Amino acid sequence: MMKKILAKCYIWILLILLYAPILFIAVFSFTESKVLGNWTGFSTQLYQNLFTGSMQGTGSLMRAVENTLLIALIAAGISTLLGTVAAIGIHNMRGRKRQVISFLNNIPMINPDIITGVSLFLLFVFLHISQGYVTVVLAHISFCTPYVVLSVLPKLTQMNPNIYEAALDLGATPGQALRKVLIPQLRPGMISGFVLAFTMSLDDFAVTFFTRGTVGLDTLSTYIYTDARKGGLTPEFRPLITIMFLCVLLLLLFINIRQFRAEKKQNLK
Amino acid sequence: MNKRSSWALPYFIFLLLFVALPLILVMVYAFQDGSGHFTLSNITKFFSDSDALGTFALSLEVAVENTLICILLGYPAAWVLANKEYNRSAVTIVLFILPMWINALMRTLATTELFNMLGVTLGKGTLLYGMVYDYLPFMIYPIYNVLNKMDKSYAEAAQDLGATPWKVFWKVVLPLSMPGVASGVLMVFMPTVSTFAISEFLTNNKIKLFGTIIQENINSSMWNYGAALSLMMLIIIGITTMFQGKDKEVEGGMV
Repeated sequence: MMKKILAKCYIWILLILLYAPILFIAVFSFTESKVLGNWTGFSTQLYQNLFTGSMQGTGSLMRAVENTLLIALIAAGISTLLGTVAAIGIHNMRGRKRQVISFLNNIPMINPDIITGVSLFLLFVFLHISQGYVTVVLAHISFCTPYVVLSVLPKLTQMNPNIYEAALDLGATPGQALRKVLIPQLRPGMISGFVLAFTMSLDDFAVTFFTRGTVGLDTLSTYIYTDARKGGLTPEFRPLITIMFLCVLLLLLFINIRQFRAEKKQNLK
Repeated sequence: MNKRSSWALPYFIFLLLFVALPLILVMVYAFQDGSGHFTLSNITKFFSDSDALGTFALSLEVAVENTLICILLGYPAAWVLANKEYNRSAVTIVLFILPMWINALMRTLATTELFNMLGVTLGKGTLLYGMVYDYLPFMIYPIYNVLNKMDKSYAEAAQDLGATPWKVFWKVVLPLSMPGVASGVLMVFMPTVSTFAISEFLTNNKIKLFGTIIQENINSSMWNYGAALSLMMLIIIGITTMFQGKDKEVEGGMV
């Protein structure tokens, strides 16, 4: 019994420490004060500023949010396509060729962001490609695709190859067999690959920082970085952090509870 | 179906262009001077630059300390979470995974603001606290995963054969959970040794880590020296991954 209480206490202390900063920010997002920790009465002014962009600089903050989402969507979409096609190819490869491509595929996942960023920066300098939106998207695709490949490959291994053959024997063209048989089998892997790629791209700072060039392109991360270095957090970040935190919390709870229920159902069968 | 192996070709070309070539370029630039001639001066500059060497050592020190603290704090947490006796709720686990999904810069800034509000002086202490804060979930999650999937009958067998609970843990559970610890180390050590923005925020630029020096050199157009410094970091990363050996398994699903 004693042990149980100790274990629970430990978990709760860790959770409190993990969430204290975010909770403070959330509480102080409902007051107007410029300085954190100075409660000047309840107000939703910061939220209004964030959405209407009436405060100086919040317009570019919202643009940074848009850029972040758009880049993540494009990069995750292309990565999913490229990665799925590649996974089908890799699945049918044997021996040395497969080793080489698996090795290359592992590099972006192991490489620290800063090395990925610097090396891509040097690539674009070397090829005389001017840096901006396109280079950022290309860079994001390069570190997102490996995760898609690794999410889709297990689905191919689990799949019964005879199903595909059966479709062909029953008169499906290879294209039809692909669309109606192969893709549906791979879909769960593609979806989790897409989600992973999307979050990787959202979270990225270093790679974007080195490949965005000097055209003034900002994602949320680079915006925060520049803003914080100018001196302190803009008060409008408090509502933004709060909203993002709530979105992620709801999303994760939704996914996990669904998964939990599905597992329960399976156990009942 | 075998012709399908050619489907990997576009991605292979993509990998050569955007993964292999850039890394080769890091090496090429590291051994060149500004006008493109071969030189070792970037490397010798690093080894004679006491500032750079100092930050290099400090970065390694902070990364090692952070990784150790994360193991010490994270292992018991993962163990409790994976133990059905203590924890049955999926929500607690979600609460531990959740921070991994929130932008690291945002979480770091929130921590810094909290320190400022409490009047804590920013320095090495806050740096370590913030690093542990940022990376602890990345240690807990892989260990939890391994412990959760572990076949309980091994521990039960040891118990039946007369091992004390401590012995069961030291001789059975801990060795079996090492792959989880290894991937946790990979997920904590690598980002800490290479971070730049996080350390700048947490110490208000008082303490520079190696990542910051690389960034400063690249941004002030000292590409060749920046590339040489990146090469040093690549060597550290190479050594760390070698320690991971064959069972380095980068976790796919994080949900």
